[in-house]
Amino acid sequence: MTKAKVTKGKRIGMTGDEAVANAAAVINPDVVAAYPITPQTIIVEHFSDFVHDGEVDTEFVCVESEHSAMSACVGASATGARVFTASASQGVALMYEILFIAAASRLPIVMAVANRALSGPINIHGELTDQTVCRDTGWISMFSESAQEAYDNTFLAFKIGEHPKVSLPAMFGLDGFILTHALEGVEPLDRKFAKDFLPEREMKHPTIPGNPVSSGLLALPDYYMEVKYQQELAMQEALKFIPKAFEEFGEKTGRHYKMVEEYRMEDAETALVTMGALSGTTKFVVDKLRKEGEKVGMLKVKTYRPFPADDLAKALKDVEAVGVIDRDLTFGAPGPALYADLKTTLYDYKERPQIFGYIAGIGGRDVLVEDYEYIYKQVLKNKGTEKAVPIEWIGIRK
Amino acid sequence: MVTTEELKNVRIPKAKDLMRKEDRLAPGHRLCAGCTAGTIARCATLVCESDDLAVFHATGCMEVATTIYPFTAWRVPWFHNAFENVAATASGAEAAYKVMVRKGKLKKVPDIIAFAGDGGTYDIGLQSLSGALERGHDFVYICYTNGAYMNTGIQRSGGTPMYASTTTSPAGKVIPGKIQWRKDLVAIAAAHKVPYVATASPAAHRDMMTKVRRALDVDGPAFLLIDMPCPRGWRFPEELSIKVAQQAIDSCYFPLYEVYEGKEYVLNPKSKAIANKPERKLPVEEYLKGQGRFRHLFRPERRDDLINKFQEEVDKDWDYLLKLASI
Repeated sequence: MTKAKVTKGKRIGMTGDEAVANAAAVINPDVVAAYPITPQTIIVEHFSDFVHDGEVDTEFVCVESEHSAMSACVGASATGARVFTASASQGVALMYEILFIAAASRLPIVMAVANRALSGPINIHGELTDQTVCRDTGWISMFSESAQEAYDNTFLAFKIGEHPKVSLPAMFGLDGFILTHALEGVEPLDRKFAKDFLPEREMKHPTIPGNPVSSGLLALPDYYMEVKYQQELAMQEALKFIPKAFEEFGEKTGRHYKMVEEYRMEDAETALVTMGALSGTTKFVVDKLRKEGEKVGMLKVKTYRPFPADDLAKALKDVEAVGVIDRDLTFGAPGPALYADLKTTLYDYKERPQIFGYIAGIGGRDVLVEDYEYIYKQVLKNKGTEKAVPIEWIGIRK
Repeated sequence: MVTTEELKNVRIPKAKDLMRKEDRLAPGHRLCAGCTAGTIARCATLVCESDDLAVFHATGCMEVATTIYPFTAWRVPWFHNAFENVAATASGAEAAYKVMVRKGKLKKVPDIIAFAGDGGTYDIGLQSLSGALERGHDFVYICYTNGAYMNTGIQRSGGTPMYASTTTSPAGKVIPGKIQWRKDLVAIAAAHKVPYVATASPAAHRDMMTKVRRALDVDGPAFLLIDMPCPRGWRFPEELSIKVAQQAIDSCYFPLYEVYEGKEYVLNPKSKAIANKPERKLPVEEYLKGQGRFRHLFRPERRDDLINKFQEEVDKDWDYLLKLASI
């Protein structure tokens, strides 16, 4: 087992789940309330080891369901405590009701989501739908490309969520099995860094004895709308603060993140846009195509909520055609999550590329290099068409 | 650790001393006239120190009527999450308080009370409650039961009495109200072998307050089921709430007892008196006939078959309780 008191600067082999558990242990939250579910289970197992070996000061509440996990997180966070949890798929779906309350109560809980396809049919493999469906809950939502990024996101999620002007819960995803179970070299951080990067959480109105504050009140039509509007303002604050958080993190660790990462976008005529672990393979394919003389680049959307609309518009200003690769589903809609958001974003811009949508890797199906190359070719083929091009399911047997 | 014997000796201050304390639930809330939820909340919180108490609340009548934004009737820390999860919410807070004590930010884990109605406990909140009781969190769960989902307009719950007419179990031409008896929630809680479980009633308010204090003094979880007559849902004049609660005790439909360590059943004075002198037991008909929810048992024609069946069920439960209490 990897110890929590890891040293900085040395790369250690960890799965994505272990990386998240280790990061959480370094952060040493006050309360963790969680429930096992594949492919997240290793996170809670590993964290339980840290608790039972006395390496963290955390109260671990081993609840009887994900609904209670998120409910206990809300109760704990309402006292001003720093709170962490992790889940996936059905678990996140079971929490769904309470996710809204966590956000409306402005509680900066952090949750790792081991992204997994939703039942039915039951499936335990990688897909981002469990997290994309949370887009309206009011949570900050990020994705990870690697175990290292999942590790770093654990710190960043607390940093962003706990910022006084933001004060929102934050979730970050790591693709089931592809990241959760694959071994990678991860450069860990230490308690000293954690203490410096994440100062003690300060809560304005904690539910603690002697502080007679009521929270979670009934708001009727005369006030409900204002409460919700404040949540939107908080998201706008997050949009401003996130780049600063990334910058500080980069200065201190040497690992630099952007809300939208641009990869080989210089002079690119075509761009592939995606989120999560698909980004890694996309970079490989872009390199390959570049070698073949293709003017192609990639955008990785790291922060899905708040959606970095301006950054995307800026990055795609000179691009002619875009292929959006979604590893998520929505039915009977204009298109899957990232595709629909990007298209909505760019509608207002005069200089904008044509956008084509692709659904790939659903239910953990492998997305091969050839699939990306096929997508790229399809984008080139469709470019210039004046007809609406339907969303294409990559590798589907019809 | 508080022993069972110590717990049995827990007493509350005299009434005149309690009355000098400021109510933790302020006047001006919007509970209905004659509602006993306010009575229960005021009594329960009066046996705590106001700076050593945190209240958690499930969605329900009391929650919506006492905290309509931007107002609150609560003078103590109060938090509401959702309908079915007050036990889990309080679990999380208790865990956080423990850490604060370890880190020297709090002197002690405060008294924690979780309030929920019967819908939020018997039905949708049962799993959350069971989980919290099993994990052993140090808090008191008070289910105030008015035997239906009153907040949403009198729908039947697992705690609704048989034959009660509710909006989802109406007294129809064929089906005479709810056809099932009620869940034995006390037995369910006691089966978790938690240190303290009890029933209470606003008609025996000192007994009720003593039980709240005992429940709070327990190391670990405690569960209280408190009868909460509801003039609106039960259809009786609002000045009769306490009388109706008294009839529930006297008829043994809602007997008062405690369960220590999940096994030792103790009858409390009002119910003990009936156990000692069975002739004091009120026919349940007296309880039923004063409430509009049972009107169809008496009008347009008297339904002896149903009244007798109800009496049978009460007797069965009462006899079983006497056996458990070794009487």
